[in-house]
Amino acid sequence: MSEIKGRIHSFESLGAVDGPGVRYVIFMQGCPLRCKYCHNRDTREYSLGKKYPVDDIVNQVKRYVAYMGKDGGVTVTGGEPLLQIEFVTELFKKLKENNIHTALDTSGFVNTEKLGDLLKYTDLVLLDIKHMDLNEHLKLTGVSNEKIKLFAKYLSDNGIPMWIRHVLVPGITDSEEHLISLREFIKTLKTVEKVEVLGYHTLGASKWELCEEDYPLKGVPEATKEDVKRAKKILEIE
Amino acid sequence: MRFEEWKGFNKGRWEKEIDVRNFIQLNYTPYEGTDEFLTEPTETTRKLWDKVLDLYKQEQANNGVLDIDTKTISSIAAHEAGYIDKELEKIVGLQTDAPLKRAIMPFGGIRIVEKSCEAYGRKIDEDVAKTFHGIRRTHNDGVFSVYTPDVRAARSSHLITGLPDGYGRGRIIGDYRRIALYGVDVLIEEKNKALELLDKDFDEDVIREREEIFDQIASLKELKVMAQKYGYDISKPATNSKEAVQWLYFGYLAAIKEQNGAAMSLGRVTTFLDIYFERDLKEGTLTEEEVQEIMDHFVMKLRMVRFLRTPEYDALFSGDPAWVTEAIGGMGLDGRTLVTKNSFRMLHTLTNLGPAPEPNMTILWAQNLPQGFKEYAAKMSIKTSSIQYENDDLMRDFWGDDYGIACCVSAMRIGKQMQFFGARCNLAKTLLYAMNGGRDELSGKQVAPKFEPVTSEYLDYDDVMYKFDNMMEYVAKIYIKALNAIHYMHDKYAYEKIEMALHDEKILRTMATGIAGLSVVADSLSAIKYAKVKAIRNEQGLIEHYEVEGDFPKYGNDDDRVDDIAVDVVKRFMNKIAKQKTYRNAKPTMSILTITSNVVYGKNTGDTPDGRKGGEPFGPGANPLHGRDANGAIAVMNTVAKLPYEYSEDGISYTFSITPATLGKEKEIRVRNLIALLDGYFKQTGQHINVNVFDRELLIDAMDHPEKYPQLTIRVSGYAVNFVKLTREQQLDVINRTIHEKI
Repeated sequence: MSEIKGRIHSFESLGAVDGPGVRYVIFMQGCPLRCKYCHNRDTREYSLGKKYPVDDIVNQVKRYVAYMGKDGGVTVTGGEPLLQIEFVTELFKKLKENNIHTALDTSGFVNTEKLGDLLKYTDLVLLDIKHMDLNEHLKLTGVSNEKIKLFAKYLSDNGIPMWIRHVLVPGITDSEEHLISLREFIKTLKTVEKVEVLGYHTLGASKWELCEEDYPLKGVPEATKEDVKRAKKILEIE
Repeated sequence: MRFEEWKGFNKGRWEKEIDVRNFIQLNYTPYEGTDEFLTEPTETTRKLWDKVLDLYKQEQANNGVLDIDTKTISSIAAHEAGYIDKELEKIVGLQTDAPLKRAIMPFGGIRIVEKSCEAYGRKIDEDVAKTFHGIRRTHNDGVFSVYTPDVRAARSSHLITGLPDGYGRGRIIGDYRRIALYGVDVLIEEKNKALELLDKDFDEDVIREREEIFDQIASLKELKVMAQKYGYDISKPATNSKEAVQWLYFGYLAAIKEQNGAAMSLGRVTTFLDIYFERDLKEGTLTEEEVQEIMDHFVMKLRMVRFLRTPEYDALFSGDPAWVTEAIGGMGLDGRTLVTKNSFRMLHTLTNLGPAPEPNMTILWAQNLPQGFKEYAAKMSIKTSSIQYENDDLMRDFWGDDYGIACCVSAMRIGKQMQFFGARCNLAKTLLYAMNGGRDELSGKQVAPKFEPVTSEYLDYDDVMYKFDNMMEYVAKIYIKALNAIHYMHDKYAYEKIEMALHDEKILRTMATGIAGLSVVADSLSAIKYAKVKAIRNEQGLIEHYEVEGDFPKYGNDDDRVDDIAVDVVKRFMNKIAKQKTYRNAKPTMSILTITSNVVYGKNTGDTPDGRKGGEPFGPGANPLHGRDANGAIAVMNTVAKLPYEYSEDGISYTFSITPATLGKEKEIRVRNLIALLDGYFKQTGQHINVNVFDRELLIDAMDHPEKYPQLTIRVSGYAVNFVKLTREQQLDVINRTIHEKI
């Protein structure tokens, strides 16, 4: 029995877009970033999460193993799961004891020495790189991207498979210069299995209203299919 | 028996007695490959289908009914031969003498025929009217001559709903394959033998059975006459695959000429027909293109089945349903798959002719189905939303490996079993009656006997449960009372002669009851148990509203606290049904299925203790109420899969809708994910699932511009419909309630 509890925002039993296969997705509560396009605005404040013991979650997940097939598993996202490393480590450890595939969806904003054993139990990291330029990153997320780049390198050096994800926001993260810089950075990483371009959408805007805050990207258009296609071309994927 | 037509088939018991399953098992060729062998529609198919599409357009433009033959009382051979285009049709036969022209079938009830005709600006022939007003009684007359006041009251207050007391009960599947395999003469001979044997204790049962078999024989003779009108002699077995399809279709056609049944399933014919196709392909007398052409033309006919019904009926069941349900795939008891090339061809008609609600394609899913077929089915589901899935691994234990599906979810052994269709009772209303001492929450009328009402301000779980249990006892009693009356009279005045002629003599009959509003009941009881629910009464002391204080576990989240309540309610009600004495000692069963009637039932039900406002739709079938599921679709599936099939043997329907993007980012991945979902749901012992894959935006557009989407098909609780034929209310319900979307 483990006493560790995690603060969790919610669960999605049918996740088919956050990692391979059909996945049980756990949304952790709390995030150190302040991304302007955040589509889970309601997961930001750590104190709002409901506490769940690791074992409860593991038992819950077992109810969904039948649906996971060969490809699926569990994805922990948020919020920022790395704010609760101890909990996620214990959770992943238990999931691996049950042969369940584990994926960590993160911004990578962490000091790598704090990771402890987490990556030992992590099959895949979904690393969201918001912007390559330091100042732009600061503007967009409120934090520097240095730790994130170091985290990516750390994954690469330690042989941890990753999918790089990038949210394409028209006028903010879609310049050719930036995309080329991202492409070159990705090339330095040895364990990247997939690069995903996620077109910016405004479906998360309503959650800001619920948090009684103005949506910072009001007026910024959604990324079109063509925008995504163009970005993929620059990134040399597909 | 010995027939030249059987050359090349493996010998077996099927030659000595009527045993289609034995024939299939000894002769079919399982197919484990992919869809790569499928062919495009032929030129003839395209031309013919264009004509049908044109007829559809005329039909839509004419208020949904192209024409009515108001004079001819429909029977197997009453109408002259009719064609779409005689030169082009590979498979012939229409319900009347012209395509999409509807027939009158007054034996179920003359009023509904008159009302239907009037609704479309027509009037039935005077002689027909005279005959059925006073000279010849109908099923409908019979039922209402014996209904008791309690049943009438329960009926008009929507406590028991949709009863087949004014229309054909349907849900009977003739074994149409027998005609192709044996020819009609053998079938007549067998029935004559049965008649000879039926000569003991000359009591009511024996006399009735003798009369029924006599009628069955007459109907088989009529069937031959009907085929003759199209230039075919079907006395002998079919000699080749085209004839096999034609013979079989004539049998089905006879059924839909005779009966305007609520659901007229086809059965399980695809793999049977594959045996004939394989023989012809091997002999080189047919090419794959020609085989597909025959299947395409056959399916065209199934898409043209039309019944004359009232606009109210259509509103309840969404459009023009016939439930030409065909069960495809599954596994044999010996472990071989029953998937054949023809299973692919059947699904392929959705590509060659485009998506459509009919025939109601039902895939019997098993963990061991060939991967190639799983992939093809999932692909076609995503493309057309025209397929439903049922758990073969679960049902095979109950019904063997030659069962079909009547209507949406009701499994029955082909030719060996039939059901007395019982529509459903409104369980949510039953709960409200329990609390209001038998008074209707909307009208205030005393509908059920005066039970002790709930008198406390805050509802107490044990108190409510005790009263609910008593009220269920009462409802079960009058419900079966109504059904006994209905089926006695249906047998008497509107007996399904040809369908029953295609059954064995000794059959299993089930009394198929059903419940609506299960999730509302479960949530209501959960709210009473885990939150605080205050009853708000009017001046007459009738509880009209409820105030819920605090949160409570909700059905559809894989939460045992409430799911156990749902399971308990299902078991309790089924046990109460099982106690009743049924007509012809039918075995009582139950379904959790509403089709689209959840909208109408909700409309007729007041506020409920779960916070649902009066008039709001129920969840369809076993679905949660929309918006109550907080943990995504698989949690819902886990909840539904907990409902015990052994207490709902007539089926448990779950409708699942998802946007393509939510199912995965790439096409191949969506296919793989859908397979994983189906494998998972059925591993958890779920029984039935409808799969819809479409965008909300597309549906909203279709609502506003129906002319752009004539073939847009969606699945609702066991059945597929043309989206544009739904009422606006139903369209909104579909859009709001079940689409799983992730932000």
